[in-house]
Amino acid sequence: MEFSYVPIVLSLKVAFAAVIIVTCTSIPIAALMAKREFFGKDVVESVITLPLVLPPSVIGFMLLYVFGKNGPLGKLFEQWFHTRIVFTLAGAVIAAAVVAFPLMYQSVKVAIENVDQNLEKAARTLGAGELKVFFTITLPLALNGIVAGLVLAFARSLGEFGATLMIAGNIPGKTQTMPIAIYFANEAGDTGQASVLVIIMTIFSFLVIYGLNRWGKGSRRDSRGGGA
Amino acid sequence: MLKAFFQKKLPTFELEIEFSLNNGILALVGPSGAGKTTILQCVAGLQAPSSGEININDKIVFSSEQGVNIPIRKRRIGYVFQDYALFPHMTVEKNVMYGKPQKGSIPNKVLTVSNVLEMLKIEHLRNRYPNQISGGEKQRVALARALMTEPELLLLDEPLSALDQDTRSTLQQELLKLQVQWQIPFILVTHDLQEAEMLGDQIIKLDHGKQEELRKFDKAQ
Repeated sequence: MEFSYVPIVLSLKVAFAAVIIVTCTSIPIAALMAKREFFGKDVVESVITLPLVLPPSVIGFMLLYVFGKNGPLGKLFEQWFHTRIVFTLAGAVIAAAVVAFPLMYQSVKVAIENVDQNLEKAARTLGAGELKVFFTITLPLALNGIVAGLVLAFARSLGEFGATLMIAGNIPGKTQTMPIAIYFANEAGDTGQASVLVIIMTIFSFLVIYGLNRWGKGSRRDSRGGGA
Repeated sequence: MLKAFFQKKLPTFELEIEFSLNNGILALVGPSGAGKTTILQCVAGLQAPSSGEININDKIVFSSEQGVNIPIRKRRIGYVFQDYALFPHMTVEKNVMYGKPQKGSIPNKVLTVSNVLEMLKIEHLRNRYPNQISGGEKQRVALARALMTEPELLLLDEPLSALDQDTRSTLQQELLKLQVQWQIPFILVTHDLQEAEMLGDQIIKLDHGKQEELRKFDKAQ
């Protein structure tokens, strides 16, 4: 059978879209969770990180329930946008975003918590309001953690399989991403297609981890040299 | 002109303080954990006292009775932190510029970054980052940054404790000069009685939240 690049393109589309959603949502939520105390915070924290430990099939089942034809959000989408989520690329993006969110969230939250609070206090004594403090002090100093979270979220989105299969299905050319293509190619005995995709995924994942480790070492060296 | 009397409950004792300062330097001296930094933070607005009143230039910035607690950024107080708290991702110039008041927000003041950098002899460090300068230089940058906001009161939390003896003596002299030049009250926290005696026009000794006045000589009186 001829090798198809389509799953790679679909996977990249899904991963980019998921990372954009995750970035826009995780940074404000992580900032709020790192800086504010409120009733029920522990419960919210647990719900946010739940996708990290839940089996992908459970997440897929829940997403089907929520975004399905008769699900609460599925119905809304049908009414407002005359479109459905299930068995479309949008479903794959949602699945990828849900599983990638906790990784990005945790990375950003730790990074924000690690910013020296004295620097934020100093900014306030210099006349800065909370938004200015966040955008000029907290965010730039948490940038390393944010970028690390971004890369992890991208890799996780690219590799998402179980929940994606349940909500987006396996439609070649439409929702069949790399991991799903590997599974079904192998099932169908097309080891050629499967092994090329496996090699691509492995090399990519290796580069992500290697790059993060190298970069982590570099930024630790920088901060040792610093000591402001 | 600063007038303050307030209480603040701390985990192991209650802090009680009362002082007034027209001009000159008030030195708060006492062992670690005596509540010195807490006093500075209450005046600055980084912490709220349990009760009492703080008055800067006839403007009430905190009053438990009237329910007033003006946010830090509107108090016009310069604060120099013990560890300098310079922004590591900004150059010396950007650090100093950070709190520069918007044009026209304070009438009759024309203070430029170059003025302040020159006054503190750190002009040559303009484009350096905090991790590229020495402890004494960091201290000068922190002072410059606080003064750039054109504060009505300057708070200094153990500003010289991390410096070697020579740098320390030089900076002590410069602090005295700066105060005369700037004509605003300074509150200086130190654990070193000698330093307090050298710099303080007024000295308040603190022990477990209780104050003992050691010297009262207000330049304006």
